[in-house]
Amino acid sequence: MDFKLTKEQLLVRKMVREFAENEVKPIASEIDEEERFPAETVAKMAKLGMMGIYFPKEYGGAGGDVLSYAITVEELAKVCGTTAVIVSAHTSLCCAPIFENGTEAQKQKYLPDLLSGRKLGAFGLTEPNAGTDASGQQTTAVLDGDHYVLNGSKCFITNGSVADVFVVFAMTDPKMGNRGISAFIVEKGFPGFSQGKHEKKMGIRGSSTCDLIFEDCIVPKENLLGKEGAGFKIAMATLDGGRIGIAAQALGIGEGAIDEAIKYTKERVQFKKRISSFQNTQFQLADMHTRMQAAQFLVYNAAMKKQAHERCSMEAAMAKLFAAEAASDVTRRAVQLFGGYGYTREYPVERMMRDAKITEIYEGTSEVQRMVIAANLGVK
Amino acid sequence: MKIFVTVKQVPDTSGTVAVNPDGTLDRASMQTIINPDDMNAVEAALSLKDELGCKVVAFTMGPPPAEGMLRELMAMGVDEGVLITAREFGGSDTYATSQIIAAAIDTYGVEPEDIILAGRQAIDGDTAQVGPQIAEKLHLPQVTYAGEIKKDGDVLTVKRILEDGYMTVKVHTPCMITCIKELNQPRYMNIGGIFNCYQMPVTVMTYDTLKDHPLIDKSTIGLLGSPTNILTSFTPPQKGAGMMLEGDGKETTDKLAGILAAKHII
Repeated sequence: MDFKLTKEQLLVRKMVREFAENEVKPIASEIDEEERFPAETVAKMAKLGMMGIYFPKEYGGAGGDVLSYAITVEELAKVCGTTAVIVSAHTSLCCAPIFENGTEAQKQKYLPDLLSGRKLGAFGLTEPNAGTDASGQQTTAVLDGDHYVLNGSKCFITNGSVADVFVVFAMTDPKMGNRGISAFIVEKGFPGFSQGKHEKKMGIRGSSTCDLIFEDCIVPKENLLGKEGAGFKIAMATLDGGRIGIAAQALGIGEGAIDEAIKYTKERVQFKKRISSFQNTQFQLADMHTRMQAAQFLVYNAAMKKQAHERCSMEAAMAKLFAAEAASDVTRRAVQLFGGYGYTREYPVERMMRDAKITEIYEGTSEVQRMVIAANLGVK
Repeated sequence: MKIFVTVKQVPDTSGTVAVNPDGTLDRASMQTIINPDDMNAVEAALSLKDELGCKVVAFTMGPPPAEGMLRELMAMGVDEGVLITAREFGGSDTYATSQIIAAAIDTYGVEPEDIILAGRQAIDGDTAQVGPQIAEKLHLPQVTYAGEIKKDGDVLTVKRILEDGYMTVKVHTPCMITCIKELNQPRYMNIGGIFNCYQMPVTVMTYDTLKDHPLIDKSTIGLLGSPTNILTSFTPPQKGAGMMLEGDGKETTDKLAGILAAKHII
């Protein structure tokens, strides 16, 4: 296994790190506090090609690779979990399924705007009664002449209130179970489509999370993504890719907390010594770094497998499971190293701890990741 | 129309600066960055390119790894890089460096509408000499300390920002302009540019490429052709962290006076 980054990947890291330090970090605490979607940052990222990193230039992408995308999400997450998930959800959950399953006409119609960041994407699978059990879709789609009529609702949709294009799943044939689910490309302005209430969250508070509501929503027949009945398969494959993005987000959050903790413990003096000179601090930081380094190997490995078009379901699940749990552990330890100051909003580690938790939940809980890994091991 | 930009790799002075026993900089042990003022020159060139659609060519003189810097500039939007590199050019001071870069630019070819942009000065030597010397050696007009550049046909209107005011100068192309940080905010590389930049052309000019140019003579290049002699060099002692007092009232000035008195300064 060779993790030597290419010259291009090293430049991507350098560029995104500079961008994150100068443009993202200064407002990270503000957008968290105000629960404000950072539209200005998204516009800047769009201009720099960060909204379509690993897609071909012919569709308006940047012509990069999946690992560069993971590195981008990682570097953004080091300073702001919110900004990282905006890129991740847009890229992995909307651009990728259209690119991978769309007809040429669908790709030509939607990808140039999405990949250039002129439009933002989102993904609607989760429903109030279909979370981990995604097969229990209650949203229905009925073919009526040249269009489908969608009814139902989706919840916890990242980028929900700000996105323009949605990849949405609905039951076209309830008798068929999983094989009766189909995927659709839905635009914000379609009749009968609306965006519901904004969720007030524990972390990633600058990101938009809301319900999607379909009331006799008219979706043109040509917006069926993939074949009728192929939706569940598309959703699962999409989530395999999405998990690499969320794993990279978790990785970045954990690494960012370590950066902050190293800086703080070298400055903080107690008992007339810098607290970094205490062995407890050193051991904590050594463990924290080791965990995140292991997470980085898993994330990069999954990204490289996806890039090579190899099956990466288990690798993505392992990367997300490990990176998310490591990020939660590492950020909690970082708060502890900061002591009382870490518990205040004067320092970013409490935000990082709140942001880390969601990575254990969305795009498949840690429990789902364990199910995927076990299934791949043939353990039944 | 072309815009030439001269750029230099310099030690990152936010890190540790190391000096060799002979007084020269131990560049190998230091992280390098693109000289900050040069980035303003690059941004000025790219802004003009955005406006006028011209070609931007970056020139640098340095060891072969300096190519990496040229690639970064191409990821920002520069069209071509020229790396001037040869053992014979090593140890050059500002006089010899400008001699070589002027020869390289002249060899590439300067046309009537062309502009040469340089950073005001490099953060390692702080001389601000190379840009103006290149202009002299190419017999081109020069405007230094540019804080604003506007182009109208073959005339540039440049606002020079000086310590005691500013001066607006009109100059005909071809010309040399040196740029200061107030001119603009350099852009970032972009992802598409990064994945293109290693497929783009970098021209390497060696001693053999330039040896027949009238400016190139072994007595005017390299260490031998450099009139500058370094008597001594040293790393200045590190200063402790400063203290900031905030406020504009008597309370703050009293506090300041108290601190100075306690240190027996007043």
